Amino acid sequence: MSTATALSPNSKSLEGTILPPISWKGPITYTVIGLIAIFGFGLTVGGGDETNFVLSASSDAIKFGTLVVPSRALSVAIGVLILAIAAFAAYGAAKRIRYGAWLPSLVGVLGIISFLVWSGAGKAESLPIPLLLSQGIIFAVPLAFGAMAGLINERVGIINIAIEGQLLAGAFTGAVVATLTGNPYLALLFAPIAGALVGVLLAFFSIKYKVDQIVVGVVLNVLVIGITGYLFSTVLKNNKGTLNTPPGLSKIEIPILSDIPIIGSVLFNQNILVYLMFAAVILLQFLLFRSRWGLRLRSVGEHPKAADTVGIKVNRTRWINVMIGGAVAGLGGVAFTVMQGIGFGKEMTSGKGYIALAAMILGRWNPNGALAAALLFGFAEALRGTLSIVGTPVPTQFLAMLPYLATIFAVAGLVGKVRAPAAEGKPYEK
Amino acid sequence: MSVSSEHAPAPEAKAPEKGAAPSRWTTALRDMASSSATVIIFAILGALILAAVLIAAADPTVQKTAGYIFARPADFFKAVWDSVSGAYSALFRGAIYNPDAATFARKIKPITETLTAATPLIFAGLGLGIGFRSGIFNIGAQGQVVLGAVVSAYFGFAFNLPVVLHLIVAIIGGFLAGGLWAGIAGFLKARFGANEVIVTIMLNSIAGFLMSYLLTTTAFMRPGSNNPVSQRVADTAMFPKLLGQDFRLHWGFVLALLAAVAVWWLMERSVLGYRFRAVGFNPDAARTAGIKVERMYLYVMLVAGGLAGMGGVSQTLGTEGVLQEGVAGSIGFDAITVALLGRSRPAGIVGAAILFGALRAGSPLMQTDSNTPIDIVQVVQALVVLLIAAPPLVRAIFRLPVPLKEVAA
Repeated sequence: MSTATALSPNSKSLEGTILPPISWKGPITYTVIGLIAIFGFGLTVGGGDETNFVLSASSDAIKFGTLVVPSRALSVAIGVLILAIAAFAAYGAAKRIRYGAWLPSLVGVLGIISFLVWSGAGKAESLPIPLLLSQGIIFAVPLAFGAMAGLINERVGIINIAIEGQLLAGAFTGAVVATLTGNPYLALLFAPIAGALVGVLLAFFSIKYKVDQIVVGVVLNVLVIGITGYLFSTVLKNNKGTLNTPPGLSKIEIPILSDIPIIGSVLFNQNILVYLMFAAVILLQFLLFRSRWGLRLRSVGEHPKAADTVGIKVNRTRWINVMIGGAVAGLGGVAFTVMQGIGFGKEMTSGKGYIALAAMILGRWNPNGALAAALLFGFAEALRGTLSIVGTPVPTQFLAMLPYLATIFAVAGLVGKVRAPAAEGKPYEK
Repeated sequence: MSVSSEHAPAPEAKAPEKGAAPSRWTTALRDMASSSATVIIFAILGALILAAVLIAAADPTVQKTAGYIFARPADFFKAVWDSVSGAYSALFRGAIYNPDAATFARKIKPITETLTAATPLIFAGLGLGIGFRSGIFNIGAQGQVVLGAVVSAYFGFAFNLPVVLHLIVAIIGGFLAGGLWAGIAGFLKARFGANEVIVTIMLNSIAGFLMSYLLTTTAFMRPGSNNPVSQRVADTAMFPKLLGQDFRLHWGFVLALLAAVAVWWLMERSVLGYRFRAVGFNPDAARTAGIKVERMYLYVMLVAGGLAGMGGVSQTLGTEGVLQEGVAGSIGFDAITVALLGRSRPAGIVGAAILFGALRAGSPLMQTDSNTPIDIVQVVQALVVLLIAAPPLVRAIFRLPVPLKEVAA
């Protein structure tokens, strides 16, 4: 292309007429969701059915009564609204206007509401919205930390499949430290160290010995599962009282803010790890794109040779940030044990590290996006729990598949393009 | 690979310049010591030593004697020796040969158990090996094993067919199911460039949920039962036992060995395998040479997934006879380590699968006999692969010589 530009004097004017291809994926996806809302969720329920929503938790200062909505009418209305958005998006696509992430997010939220309305239609039980939201946030904590760990690593050029192992190491260490000292906050100090140690192994093999990073990650997961399982069976099981009964992190209520109806108690009456999660996302988003550290980190992950040329020590940057990433994931591991005040169990992370990886990709390697994806996955899990009690027309196993399906769609590029850092997975040699 | 280097000592011109040219024997010895076979042996040794540290550390007697190690060091070392040798000898008796057993059949039963445990690992490892050599990192063997198990079990109990035909139909069903499941990832990679690592990880979880859903449906469950266990596979669809009813070892093992030969032929002698390898070496060069790279990704996944599916087949139609949660165990993940340890070559994979099968088969006796939890097996497995993946590290630890070609480079 560049040679053509140099040869032809007219290319400048030609360049202006070549437009990027129109992407119809968004409008088509929205239309499908809208039609599902109308015909799948709206018209399948009885005309007189109603859905009950509980809006206030018992501790709220301002209480609302149970919200009763007509199921069919609301689902159809939402469907029509989504179709309108699809039309708007189609108009935008034809004009080649790019909208931000708010459009798919809006469609997603509307789709979920219509699904909830459908699930609860004609049932005596109400859907407890505050409970769903607060559980969703709790479930999202390890995913968000894991996803942040993953994106720090991948932005610096090291693929981190070992998130699972780092979470598990953090969960184990946190539980033992909190039990031994009786202080749950010390877990927040030691769990990151455990995660960082797994990071050291990852860096050692992938940077020093240039072993395939995915191989190292997979194997480190097996190693950590093995070691923690072994220590659990030999040491923790027989000394449950002295080693594996951690005190939980208590809730810290933020005055005034926690009195906001519906979301107040969900967001502002949580334990410190939840606040740390939000703080870490904001901080990381800023540091990654606005600080010297972030610029260097990203340059090493995108173009290590260029970074090296301007004097950035590529492998040292990688070493440091792989350890930082490990520490972040280790902190997330605390969510499994100490945060909920429960003891360590064998393989208790049960694949959450891989979902965190998915959240990172769905969030397009951005802290904000990763948090949104983690909240989505956490919410889906909370929904599964609630719906299995309320009763649902869909088998819960299919609900459980949703995050994974969403990720596959995302990776396949059906929900917009995802692009990994350019140099990830490649060892750097001068 | 290593054999050839033993037979053909490097010509003297290749030897390091300084000093006189080393004799043929020195070169041959050096080649042997630096060969990949030696690295593998030392990696296994290193992993066993590291695991021995864990075994000893968790032993109560060792902990007690460590308290007065300076006063009576002999006690400490005896305790360490007892705990480690106890665990490893129990592992040996559980996996290879048990001299304490009453009858000859019972004595050799452990080795047949090892081969039984190795069978699904061979299948799944072969599948993954093909992927690795073709430049595809397929983490999805677990999901493919699950799908193979689901479909073969269903064909096994739902159909009513004559003896040989029923088994063949069920096997083909499982093969196709695994292949098509992996084919999803292959298709998405070929068509949309979707990263196969992520897609296959996601497909693993989806397959797990799919199986647990199916096990709640009337099509799979036993009539009158609420347990998530499927109906029993008809005898006509079960692999015949290889050594009589006393042993669980079944013809699936022989089929696995045949599959290894077939994979060797596919990868080394067939045009398709040549294309697979070409894509793995350098996709751009392969494309330039006229190979349809995207289509190859799909084919690789179909074949690899089918083989992994066979891992599930050998579980349902060979060892278990039913479909239930945990029928796939961690075969798909263990198979990754098997394929890595076997360097993606059929012979290596068979050897690695038998080694890990032995660890699996021996670990229950180790747990009951010497109180060493099964989890240590995972530690050994992970350490072996980590060490094998980094030959320079093994050479550094055990002071092995560096191969001549690497010195020259």
